[in-house]
Amino acid sequence: MSELRAELKYLSSHEWARVEDDGTVTIGITDHAQEALGDVVFVECPEVGSTVTMGEEAGVVESVKAASDIFSPVSGEVIAINELLEDAPETVNSSPFDDGWFFKVQPDSLEDLENALDMEAYKAAIDE
Amino acid sequence: MLKETPLVNVHRSLGGKLVDFGGWNMPLHYGSQVEEHHFVRKHAGMFDVSHMTVVDITGDGSRSYLRRLLANDIDKLKLVGKALYSGMLNEQGGVIDDLIVYLMTDGYRLVVNCATREKDLAWMEKQAEGFAVNIQEKPEMAMIAVQGPKALSAVDELLQAPETKDLKIFQGVPLNSETRQGFFVARTGYTGEDGYEIILPAEQAEAFWMELKEAGVHPCGLGARDTLRLEAGMNLYGHEMDENISPLIANMAWTIAWAPEERDFIGRVAIEQEHKNGVAEKLVGLVLLDKGVLRAEQKVLLEDTAESATGIITSGSFSPTLSKSIALARVPVNIGSECFVEIRNKKLRAQVVKPNFVRNGKNVIQVF
Repeated sequence: MSELRAELKYLSSHEWARVEDDGTVTIGITDHAQEALGDVVFVECPEVGSTVTMGEEAGVVESVKAASDIFSPVSGEVIAINELLEDAPETVNSSPFDDGWFFKVQPDSLEDLENALDMEAYKAAIDE
Repeated sequence: MLKETPLVNVHRSLGGKLVDFGGWNMPLHYGSQVEEHHFVRKHAGMFDVSHMTVVDITGDGSRSYLRRLLANDIDKLKLVGKALYSGMLNEQGGVIDDLIVYLMTDGYRLVVNCATREKDLAWMEKQAEGFAVNIQEKPEMAMIAVQGPKALSAVDELLQAPETKDLKIFQGVPLNSETRQGFFVARTGYTGEDGYEIILPAEQAEAFWMELKEAGVHPCGLGARDTLRLEAGMNLYGHEMDENISPLIANMAWTIAWAPEERDFIGRVAIEQEHKNGVAEKLVGLVLLDKGVLRAEQKVLLEDTAESATGIITSGSFSPTLSKSIALARVPVNIGSECFVEIRNKKLRAQVVKPNFVRNGKNVIQVF
């Protein structure tokens, strides 16, 4: 059974979002997702300064097996990407909720996250 | 309902992630595909390949039948146990399947792909008309591939069989042993490493697998098998070739036995013409220079222009040994030393190399 965290919001497409103290939102993929993908070998994040839209593609994660799109749980401007993943994409497997984050967004509104799932709803969605 | 090999319960108990693989419930990996890949390159790993189809051909007409059926010539097989890689072509010269054929004491043994089993058997039956042959599938056999630099010593140690001593590459031998009845051990594989493929009775598969594991041979899934064969530049049926692809453009020209001229194998007329006229495409290796991952079906552009001639990636992945993305691609013969691959509307640069990336644990990339 995969790890879940109560303080995060989730999408059924397996992204998580964490609202930081400064109101920015950090986005990554769940433990369940990294396990299903297998060894992650490449991550493509949106460019810093670009805008992402809630529910739309914002990047790609590729494992040895396949490529999967990353969807953004919020709309806003990308303010940082995890540069560690460029040379060490396997961090997504070893630390999906901490060191393996993908990008940070300055959200237009935190209300976007009201559409996201809480831990219990995500847990039900992945049937664990 | 998925078909299962005699080892399915072992895979479950070892934590294998089972997936539908050509209608079979097979392990993709047991935790990490990349670690399993490295283990084969550095030590020894084992794969359950019991889903592959074993077919024995016996009868007085076996030799003449197989010399008609296969594009390679089984007359090259002089020693019992010797193996030959061949395409089985249709009349148009397309590849129905690729296979390995062994010379046995009482005939020949073919190992064909699992996904093509039904059509292969139907084709073989159809072509058998007029030949005194008996075509016998052997579903009661299991097959385990043990591959890697430590594979031979690990298996030899276990089997303690004089027959496997000094066994040459692409040579197999049936074991003459009380405890290993029905074992056939061949020095073949699909990883670019040395090793054995062992055909054995289904009821002995589980015990033998566990003995291998005790001996330090690591269980590996079919995910690692695919990245290993890709690094070794080996074809996968349905990717590098199929019924609409000529063996001449699938890096299989070496498997066509043109001599003797009078041998009329199926497909000969069609590919002879193509051979004379020269082919328009070839199979090459690609190494991605930019960041990303090459995948099957991506478009290859010879130049960075809208009018550029194009090719297609037939297999692509991340190469754990090289830490780069690599691919096999079918492209126009005039391709240069660099090309572009279209990935999500971007054109990424790739180097064009011979379709062989890693052999015996070493980088063997050669630029065209």
